[in-house]
Amino acid sequence: MVYLTRIEHFNAAHRLLNPNWTPEMNESVFGKCANKNWHGHNFELSVTIKGKPDPDTGFIFDAKKLSVIIRERVIDKLDHRNLNLDVDFMKDKLCSIENLVTGIWNELAPSLPVQVKLHCIKLVETPRIYVEYYGE
Amino acid sequence: MANKVAVYRKEHFNAAHRLANPTWTDAENARVFGKCALPHYHGHNYELIVKVSGFPDPATGYVIDMKILSDLIQQEIVERFDHRNLNLDTLEFATLNPTAENIAIVIFDLLRPHLDNKLDLQIRLYETPRNFVEYPA
Repeated sequence: MVYLTRIEHFNAAHRLLNPNWTPEMNESVFGKCANKNWHGHNFELSVTIKGKPDPDTGFIFDAKKLSVIIRERVIDKLDHRNLNLDVDFMKDKLCSIENLVTGIWNELAPSLPVQVKLHCIKLVETPRIYVEYYGE
Repeated sequence: MANKVAVYRKEHFNAAHRLANPTWTDAENARVFGKCALPHYHGHNYELIVKVSGFPDPATGYVIDMKILSDLIQQEIVERFDHRNLNLDTLEFATLNPTAENIAIVIFDLLRPHLDNKLDLQIRLYETPRNFVEYPA
């Protein structure tokens, strides 16, 4: 089994809050991340697929085609956007990177060709914080 | 000692912003600033590198105590900008377009008064890993 990763990036605003809580409760739990006027990040997205190289091309899947799919299904929806306000698959979800990475998986998985197995999505929020999701 | 020594301190802040000229129409802002003018803001992990140059103090061997420099940057810059919306939450960008260029100039102007005149100051600000500015150039 060979694992191929394509890395993309997007710059976005968000805030963390539970809409059922008071502002004080949100600030107590989420701290600065609850700022009502948003803050932002340069996110780095790594999409890893797995498979056996095709004997004719040597590819699991053409990485350029994978990039186009990621850009169309995910990056174009997220880049230079407000994750809480502008993203259809994050409506009614708390805007943590944990929820964002599962939302991205659910956007991508159905868009990949049948022969491509999605293995892992890694989402880096800052140089010190990232999440990984394996679809479980 | 014949030559100055440059010392560098790296800090970071995560902030939202958008780029727009308030005297322009939405269409003009979109034309000039593209996605950066989208109305609901976007954001960046800004990486700040503060360069201070001078002759090391013979008594300490320091150009500047890096703990003092770090505390100064935290107090004057990070506490103002981290996890904020630059357009909405800061006095400095209430009317000034928060481009990387203008942010670097503002950071310089905030730090300069707190540093000895014998020290030179330069700001490098990364807006993304691929775009960064320096001031003074």
